[in-house]
This record gives sequence, structure tokens and C-alpha cells, in this order.
Amino acid sequence: MSALLEARGLTVDFSGRQAIRAVDGVDLTVAPRERLAVVGESGSGKSQLLLACTGLLAANGRAAGSVRFAGRELLGDPRAAAAVRGRGIGFVFQDASGSLTPHRGIGDQLAEVAMSASALTRRSARDEALAMLARVHLPDAGALAARYPHELSGGMRQRVAIALALMARPRLLFADEPTTALDVTVQAGVLALLARLCDELDMALLIVTHDLGVVAALADRIAVMYAGRVVEEAAATALLSRPRHPYTAGLLASVPRLGDRGELATIPGAPPVPGESFRGCRFEPRCPNRAERCSAFDPALARIAVGHVACHFPLTVDGSQ
Amino acid sequence: MTALLDVRDATVTYPRPAAEGGPVMAVNGVSLTVEAGSIVGLVGESGCGKSSLGRAILGLVPLAAGEVRWRDRRIDKLPRASFRPLRRELQLVFQDPTASLDPRMTIAESVAEPLRALVPGLSAAGRDARVEATLGEVGIAGELASRFPHQLSGGQLQRACIARALAVDPAFLVCDEPVSALDVSVQGQIVNLLARIRRERGLGCLFISHNLAVVAHLADHILVMHRGRIVESGSCAEVLTAPRHPYTRTLLESVPEVDPVSARRLIAGRATGPDSAPSSRLTS
Repeated sequence: MSALLEARGLTVDFSGRQAIRAVDGVDLTVAPRERLAVVGESGSGKSQLLLACTGLLAANGRAAGSVRFAGRELLGDPRAAAAVRGRGIGFVFQDASGSLTPHRGIGDQLAEVAMSASALTRRSARDEALAMLARVHLPDAGALAARYPHELSGGMRQRVAIALALMARPRLLFADEPTTALDVTVQAGVLALLARLCDELDMALLIVTHDLGVVAALADRIAVMYAGRVVEEAAATALLSRPRHPYTAGLLASVPRLGDRGELATIPGAPPVPGESFRGCRFEPRCPNRAERCSAFDPALARIAVGHVACHFPLTVDGSQ
Repeated sequence: MTALLDVRDATVTYPRPAAEGGPVMAVNGVSLTVEAGSIVGLVGESGCGKSSLGRAILGLVPLAAGEVRWRDRRIDKLPRASFRPLRRELQLVFQDPTASLDPRMTIAESVAEPLRALVPGLSAAGRDARVEATLGEVGIAGELASRFPHQLSGGQLQRACIARALAVDPAFLVCDEPVSALDVSVQGQIVNLLARIRRERGLGCLFISHNLAVVAHLADHILVMHRGRIVESGSCAEVLTAPRHPYTRTLLESVPEVDPVSARRLIAGRATGPDSAPSSRLTS
């Protein structure tokens, strides 16, 4: 099956007092209707990856490599990228307030997107908006449409932001930490909503998050990023139960689990500071299994039975070294 | 034995115009005790009043009713100047270490500040020795101490904030979401550090967090707060295995496990509704 989104050798550089390479040669594909999660900690480059794919980098950022959406190259073609935003790829961010205008009613904002996406009359755009509010499970859409963003709770606002992203019926939804700002009791409902909307609308999902529980709930496939690189990529079930990269294994072990007591497992040290330069493997300073060649040679992302891993000494399937 | 800290029927209100419903009762008649050497975990979601309670204990927001007793002495009505000596005993660690440290001071200078303010009798050499020892205790050694905040990672900064709280040798620590701003791989380092410090120093601690799993790792006793009230109180094992309040059960059931089968079962059960749980906020 041909990919809906395909990034090849994607690199993102920021210029400034210090040159920073946020994303360093990433390959990524999302198939139609597939749900891919990109997992990583702060500074791993996961958010910049999304922005670079849709031509939304900050002014001092430059993307190189190739990003194709439905076969069409987007990098270096701002008009192609602009055409894809909205109708091709919709966006949901962590902070829903940032996606909504504070001084206009919810209904107007949704209708405006519907009108710009397809030539609709004001009246049918408004009907579409109300239908979409119902679709994201907001009660009493008619009354809600007249309300302003600040009058809603955080969970409701995020549902409105999702509705806004879906008004143009994108084929792929980019969701950057969509539930990180929400309370855990509200989060489960929003995750359920995202899963159901993907099914109903035949939509693919690329979700970026640091939360492995969110990933387990939504993703078909997972790519783990560390210091600007994808270090492991595999089907969700395989990766979560049998991680092959020591970083993935460390990350999974670090998640505090209900009912466990005593020492928490951790990864020693801290993720590299953006802008740091590397010679060997980027995870080597924190890796429990490091050997001599790890500090000398940068491991390439290599194919394994169930996916890809970038490690000189990947863990075996039973978790040993 | 009397408790180190004893809070009785504490109520905190914030003003709000009568047209919008009158004063907001952020904390509504909360009682709790903390013994020396024990960690009490306070769990709740945004707006439930947990931070207001923590701040009220430290005299940073006034109580509208109830009382706070420290070593069996009432401290909630103390004027500012009389509270000052107590700052050596009761210290606070916040969520965001970047915001808690002065960007123009080195880490060592920041840790020396409370000593300067609260232990004026200490000589400069004695102060330096105490700063170095405390930073060593939290794992910030040597040259790191002379760096500025922007040169350190989030985990290192939170260690520095803990060192600053410990420098004056307190008997009680309020930690308000101390690991929420940190990466998962680093969170555990701070949780383990706090566990060790409690063991070695015998501190009492109120550990406030929205993350039940983190609290459960550390706390002896757990309080669950919802809409300004404590709705459940019990040992860690009791609350996790036999929760009595429906809100506690919702909270326990809402955390997606890192396992596709159970995480998907969880969201399959939440497919309807606007938001399955009622808001934890009193104001909405």
C-alpha cells in the first residue's frame, strides 16, 4: 500500500547564536488509516518533526530531505504545503486555547473553516459546525456554538479544537501531546474520541507524546525518538512488550506503575542538550550496555524481524543483552 | 505522641463577585496529620485545592477557618515576623525548577540564599561548607554548583531546588508536583532521591501530585482530594487495592496502562459522554 505521508532523510536545523540540529535524518511513513505514535522526551525533536512536515517551522528553522504527502513533495514548495494543511493534514496541539480565537464564538470559528475548505453557504457551514460538535461528543451543540473558548473546561476546549481540526475532513491528523494538559479522568474520554473519529472518518493519526499509556491506547505502530533520531520503530504490541533498544527498555521501565513500591527504575543522566555534537551513539553516555564501539561509531537504523532499531547491541527478544 | 503537623478543618476561600456565585471555597474543612519521618501523599486533579492546602500550611495563603498546628503549636494566625523562624523548619519544593531559581545566580549562590536569610549566625566558610554538603547529598557535585540554571538539565535543577530546601535543615517538606515538569526517565531519579532523604533525615513530607502512581511509590498514607474536600484517606495499600470513594475508583481506573490490551479496554469504556468524570473544580 502506498504511504499517505512519507518523510525521507528529514533534517531540521535552527540557526541562531548556536546552530541546533533538532531532527537528524529521520525516515517515517504513515499509511492511510494507520495510527503512528512518535514517542520521545523533551528536546528529542518530535514536535519539530511534525512542524517540518507541514512547512510550519519557525523563521530560523530549515528542513532538508523529503516529505511527500499522497505522493506530492512538500519540502521547498510552500504552496504545496499550504494546500495540504487543513484538508490533507489537520492539527491538534497540547494547548487548545492556542488553536481558538478568544473573541469569537465556537460555532463561528468552526463554520469559517468549513466555508474555506469547501464552498458552502453560511447556513450549511453552520449546520456542519453543529454536526461536528455533536460528533466530538459535546452536549447541546446549539447552545455551545454561541459560547466563547474561555467559558469551557479544558476537556471541552480540547474537544472543540479537535472538531476544528476535523472541519476540513483531513486524511491525516497530527496530534501533538493532545491530552498532556488534561486531567487523567478527562484524558481517557478524549483518547476514546480520537480513536473513534479515526475509524469513522477513515483518518490516519500521527500522535506525538511522551506518555506511554497514551501510546498504548491509540497506536498501531510506534517510533521512538532520541536526540533527533529515530532509535527504534515497530508495531505497538511488539515494541511495548519486547523493546529492542536499551533506551526504549529504560523508558518503559521508568514509568511508575500503580501498586509498585520502593525504588523506581530510572535512566541515569539526562537527555543531551539540543545543539550538543555526537560521535558515536547518542544514547551511549546513559546506556547500561555500552561497549567500546558505541562511543566510536554511530549505529544506523537497521531492519530487524519486527521493525527497525539503531543500536550496536540490541536487546534480544527475551529482554537480555 | 503528637504529630509533627496537624491540620484541622482547614478552609481556604478566594474572593469572587457575588454575581458569579460569591467566594470560592478552594479548601473545604480539610484535616490531616503528618508524623516525623512519614510521607503523606495528597492526590487530586487540577483545581481540587491541593496546592492551596499546601500553601496554607506554610502560611502563604490565609485560612478562612480551621487551624494548622506545628509541634502542637498553632501557627496559622502568626504574623509574618513570627512565622519567619518557622521557615527553617518548613520548606517547599515547587513544580517548575526553572521558575524557582534566579537565572542570574549560580546554583551554589541560590542554595546559599536561605542560609543567609534564615541562619544569619553562620560564617561564610560554614555556609560554603553547608552548601557543598547539601548539593553533594542531592548529587550535584563539583563544577556543576558554579553553573547558572540555563546550563543545567531539568532534573539537575530540581535537585538544586531540593538542596536549597534542605540547606536550612528543615523538619518538614511540602513538595508540590515536584516531578511533573520532568521527563519520565528522570522523574524516578527525583522520587528515589526524596525517598532516600526521608530515610536519612527522618523528615516529614506532604507530597502533592496529580499522579497517583508516583504518589503510591513514595507515600505511607494517601489522601484523595476532590472539589476542596478529602474524599478518601488511608494507607497506600488500602487506597490502591480497596478504594471506598467512587472518585478514587474513577481516578484509579482512568490511568492508561502501558499495555495495548488494557489501555484499549479503558478507552473502549469511555467512548461516550462529554467528559466521563465530573470536574474536580469547585468553581465550575
